[in-house]
Amino acid sequence: MQLEQSLVQWVGNLYAAGLSWWTSLGIPEWVWVALMAVLKGVAVLTFLLLNVLFLIWLERKVAGRIQRRPGPMHHGPQGIFQTLFDALKLVIKEDIIPSQADKWVFITAPLVMIAPALMIWVVMPFGPDLIARDLNVGLLYVSAVSSFSILALIMAGWSSNNKWSTLGAMRSAAQMISYEIPLGLALVAVGMLAGTLSLKGIVEAQQERTWFLLLQPLGFLVFIVAATAEINRAPFNLPEAESELVAGFNTEYSGFRWGVFFVAEYANLLFMAGMAATLFLGGWSGPAFLPPFLWWLLKTYLFVFLIMWVGWTLPRIRVDQLMELGWKFLIPVGLANIALTGVFVILT
Amino acid sequence: MVLFFLLGSLMAVAGASGVVVARKPVHGVIGMILNFLGLALLYVSLQAEFLAVVQIIVYAGAVMVLFLFVVALLTAHAKPPAMGPSPLRGQGWRAGLVAVLLLTALLPVGVVVPGRAEPWEGDFGGVVRFGQELLTTHLLAFEALALVLMVAVIGVVILVGRPPQRRRGARGEGGS
Amino acid sequence: MVINYLEVGIFALVAVAFVAITLAIGSLLRPKNPYANKLAPYECGEIPVGDGQVRFHIRYYIFALVFLVFDVEIIFLYPWAVVLEQLGLFGLVEMLIFLGLLVVGLVYAWRKKVLRWV
Repeated sequence: MQLEQSLVQWVGNLYAAGLSWWTSLGIPEWVWVALMAVLKGVAVLTFLLLNVLFLIWLERKVAGRIQRRPGPMHHGPQGIFQTLFDALKLVIKEDIIPSQADKWVFITAPLVMIAPALMIWVVMPFGPDLIARDLNVGLLYVSAVSSFSILALIMAGWSSNNKWSTLGAMRSAAQMISYEIPLGLALVAVGMLAGTLSLKGIVEAQQERTWFLLLQPLGFLVFIVAATAEINRAPFNLPEAESELVAGFNTEYSGFRWGVFFVAEYANLLFMAGMAATLFLGGWSGPAFLPPFLWWLLKTYLFVFLIMWVGWTLPRIRVDQLMELGWKFLIPVGLANIALTGVFVILT
Repeated sequence: MVLFFLLGSLMAVAGASGVVVARKPVHGVIGMILNFLGLALLYVSLQAEFLAVVQIIVYAGAVMVLFLFVVALLTAHAKPPAMGPSPLRGQGWRAGLVAVLLLTALLPVGVVVPGRAEPWEGDFGGVVRFGQELLTTHLLAFEALALVLMVAVIGVVILVGRPPQRRRGARGEGGS
Repeated sequence: MVINYLEVGIFALVAVAFVAITLAIGSLLRPKNPYANKLAPYECGEIPVGDGQVRFHIRYYIFALVFLVFDVEIIFLYPWAVVLEQLGLFGLVEMLIFLGLLVVGLVYAWRKKVLRWV
């Protein structure tokens, strides 16, 4: 706790000192902010890549345990280095761009996928001062940036010029737009309780009242289901239903370009779990024996495990069930939750 | 900031030209997304934070998905239509001339009415300020909007909803 | 104010640069041996039939249209959410009317069986 605080403070002082030195040179402030933003971006990217490597290993281990098998065992203790080698393999694998593909769209699609996957972390509060930029439209920003992955999926599927890809892309687009609405409804209810859309403000509001999980059980239910569907995780993994669509929208991708989709997928999983922790479990706040950042990480991994557990337990649901669950259950519940929350906010 | 403005307008113009030039409809849609991103950037440079985010959510996120659906729905196998020599052939320079004239006519406006250089105070353009205005001053417009949206849903249902009796066997996802 | 959004753009650039750099490093290491069969669209090993960009059922379009309407609705919920406490009961009633009208639309679409997938 002490260590992290003093570390953050030290970095903050360094930042301020650097800024004043910088402006004394006569170079405008924004250049300094931009340079620091590059550092922040690289730091968050590194954090994400490490977590993605760990998450893939964790997923395989969890899946293994659930299916009564050990999972990866060979490289390192409990196979912990497995995904590292997998990643290296992807980098040195041949890069295939199918002859039928629309080349430029095919190349751009992974970029359109990975850029929002990193951009969305700008507003994530890892700790009281550990946040790239606390935008005061935070929640809106999250839904704006996450809507780009739909475009990336359609671009990837369409440009591949492959039946599996096109079918997978259209299905996942239909799924993601259907679940974006309940997700938005759940976010609005959180914003109502906190009275702000800034994620830092939301965590502070929870320190004043209590965890929003206790005030928003319905909203939490809607959020976690919609979030699971939004990131295409089982039991909502229809877009890449391997038993019917081969691999869905990324069938034609191979090597590192495919790896980019994979990284983005796990980064989004971590983000949604982090959002659940931030919006409903008080984010970084917790008793002082652990530093704020570790509280955030602990709560996030709690949700990561929950999502994996559910995913490997339930069978994949059918397309029509998926759409009906979204439109006929989650949206009405989300609307009712907003009305209830409104009454609650007025009464208290 | 001038830099934001330049970048935003460059993206918007590049995207718009992409829409015009593209031969495949999907490329046109992608150009349009770029255009909308540029516009969002322009809004940010004008401090209209909320508007910028809305621009992305509604236009880039929702309308463009709809466009892509329409394009995928309609133009799957369509080759670009074989066009004969256009009746407008050789008329391009006239349109260009009109465009240049219009732009020069607009030029003095920019000189005579200089923009506001200094930023607005407080949270102008932020979401709280927007909400206060929307729900007090513009309340009637707000509720009218709900009515319009309701009519829109009903319109969708009437226009493209399913007919009373459906033929059986008309199922299947994209049989070609 | 504008400066707050520098991170957003730069994070996007960092992500793109990461992909570009890794691909560039990979291009020094990876084999390149394309031939027609490898570059053909994947259809479970069969020779591809027809075009990959198949036509789609109209219901995708319907759902996209209904989604659009609800997306716009949610946009208007956010500014309301942050000022609800200031406006008090008045604000709540306003939004209940707004939501009520939209629920009418949802119920209508539901009753007309537009929200059914098959």
